[in-house]
Amino acid sequence: MPVKIYIPCDTTALAMGADEVAKTVEFQSREAGLSADIIRNGSRGLFYLEPLVEVATARGRIAFGPVEPEDVPGLIETLMEHGDVFEGKHPLYLGLTEEIPYLARQQRLTFARAGIIDPFSIADYQAHDGFEGLKRALALIDSAGPQGIVDEVKNSGLRGRGGAAFPTGIKWQTVLDTPAEQKYIVCNADEGDSGTFADRLLMEADPFTLIEGMIIAGLAVGANQGYIYLRSEYPQADKILNQAIKTAYAQGYLGKNIQGSGQHFDLEVRLGAGAYICGEETSLLESLEGKRGLVRAKPPLPAIEGLFGLPTIVNNVISLASVPVILAKGGDYYRDYGMGRSRGTLPVQLAGNIKQGGLVELAFGETLHNLVFDFGGGTFSGKPAKAIQVGGPLGAYLPQAQWHTPLDYEAFAANNAVLGHGGVVVFDTSVDMAKQARFAMEFCKIESCGKCTPCRIGSVRGVEVIDKIISHDNQEQNLELLNDLCDTMELGSLCAMGGMTPYPVRSVIEHFSGDLLKTVTGNEQQE
Amino acid sequence: MTKLSEQQYQVVVKSVADKKALPGALLPILHDIQDQLGYIPKAAIDIIAAGLKQTAAEIYGVISFYHHFRLDKPGNHLVEICRAEACQAMGSEALEQEIKSKLGIDYHQTSKDNNVSLEPVYCLGNCACGPSVKVGERVYGRMSGEKFSQLMDKLSTYVVELGQGENHAS
Repeated sequence: MPVKIYIPCDTTALAMGADEVAKTVEFQSREAGLSADIIRNGSRGLFYLEPLVEVATARGRIAFGPVEPEDVPGLIETLMEHGDVFEGKHPLYLGLTEEIPYLARQQRLTFARAGIIDPFSIADYQAHDGFEGLKRALALIDSAGPQGIVDEVKNSGLRGRGGAAFPTGIKWQTVLDTPAEQKYIVCNADEGDSGTFADRLLMEADPFTLIEGMIIAGLAVGANQGYIYLRSEYPQADKILNQAIKTAYAQGYLGKNIQGSGQHFDLEVRLGAGAYICGEETSLLESLEGKRGLVRAKPPLPAIEGLFGLPTIVNNVISLASVPVILAKGGDYYRDYGMGRSRGTLPVQLAGNIKQGGLVELAFGETLHNLVFDFGGGTFSGKPAKAIQVGGPLGAYLPQAQWHTPLDYEAFAANNAVLGHGGVVVFDTSVDMAKQARFAMEFCKIESCGKCTPCRIGSVRGVEVIDKIISHDNQEQNLELLNDLCDTMELGSLCAMGGMTPYPVRSVIEHFSGDLLKTVTGNEQQE
Repeated sequence: MTKLSEQQYQVVVKSVADKKALPGALLPILHDIQDQLGYIPKAAIDIIAAGLKQTAAEIYGVISFYHHFRLDKPGNHLVEICRAEACQAMGSEALEQEIKSKLGIDYHQTSKDNNVSLEPVYCLGNCACGPSVKVGERVYGRMSGEKFSQLMDKLSTYVVELGQGENHAS
């Protein structure tokens, strides 16, 4: 029997050379006369070990990593010599994948299948409990109607992974209660926050979960058309999703009469075009309609007047991908994870200057410190960490004193910080926090949709004022002006782009003022 | 305005015809044209506008809103450097300077030999292994100035290698 060798095909694995490794494994095993079956699985999210090569054995899957092409001949040799007993026989040997502490200590619900299955294989998905949630949803439709599904999601306590952390079940209820001929399910896959890759990983490692979640959402509110609005920066996710959708149609999970149930759901991927603002739900809808992604004033909520003016669920990838497990195992099962009002699990993404970057899915409540220093192993550079930005470019920079804050929406809000999409970006002591404050404004300047003045003009003025502060031009007055400007943006902007850009800026003023007010040494002005 | 070549004209007309019935058809049409031609020629705007029964100003407004769409022809390779925070934490700012000086161009410019166009990008989703650079469809992690030079050398000799490779492959 051929030996099964798993080599991931997610963006990060590829970025670290997984294709070259796969080619070398193919060539070397042929040369060595080893019969190998290479499976391009998704990544488990242990990105610091990518490319992570796994070999299936009677004991389970054994991991080696990070593997470079030049390591392959030795690896194949070890495989030939020692059968499936490699312990201590190869320098990259990591033992059973499932027992690698980084993975073993996680609580994987949404990412349970990530890296295990072949993302292109619907049979593999089914063999790992795929479509159990859909089966239950179809049964609920027959017994309790769509309300039965909505109740299960409400009961789970699931909250949206955008900035607002709005309860998903309530949103669904609104769409269910709004009568209309046509309704839509829109998946917000415009994961533009730096430091986040949970959506991308999910779509590349287990695309059928998202498809299943969207079908269930459609059944729950009476929508038969779904769109995945995907960032154009994610070509690999685009390729895998489209292939998975094609397969789902061929196997009768999409289209008319899903699995003989008489239910109907169509799904399509639509690509964005490099505008961060389109991650905001109303901008996203404008973009889907073929327009400039300008923010809409709310109300009306998209749940009532969304895509093409019709009731629309707009949910993030992780929200929708968490629905199958909630339906399969029950809302209670999901709700029993977590703390306070933050229920279930949070896929945290460890990024930036970090030794062991990757995805960690855990129940809400773990501290940032444990994640960064325990799972993450501290900084990549080996220098002490100085600041940790959580929640993307609109999230606050947390100083050391706040690293013991538990990951919980309310606990973060109490620190004037946000959890957002769970992106954690670590900076070491070489960072100049004044530059980071400036960049927050610059990013807003580049990405503002331009519809409202506080965001469009405020960001331009913000860059100027911070430049003045950095160059010691009337520092005190300009700092006051910057605070004033932050008030205006926070209170006057139409959406979170302008409204939250002050978060990182203010966190720098509050916790890292030393960098902002430091003595000028030479010309530090940029651009 | 430069006229469309016959091939460009066919691509634009076919894209519009194929996709105009889609709800919210404009972005799919623009993507399709850019994927095939590498950019959206200005002369295509009137054809798209007529097909969608919109004004040329509306179409131009959409193209100019999105960073991804371009009205000018790019070089043979589109290089995108991630400028977002996770990559900054791994020294992307210095990398940007190094790449710009190696290529002798700034962002939104194309090298004189037409080999490379350079664009900034804000997050490629490879934030655990930064700094990241994308060349065409492919992302490269843990990028350094030296690795970038090797990559560029490889890309500029690609055509030659491909020719040899085909001979060896059989």
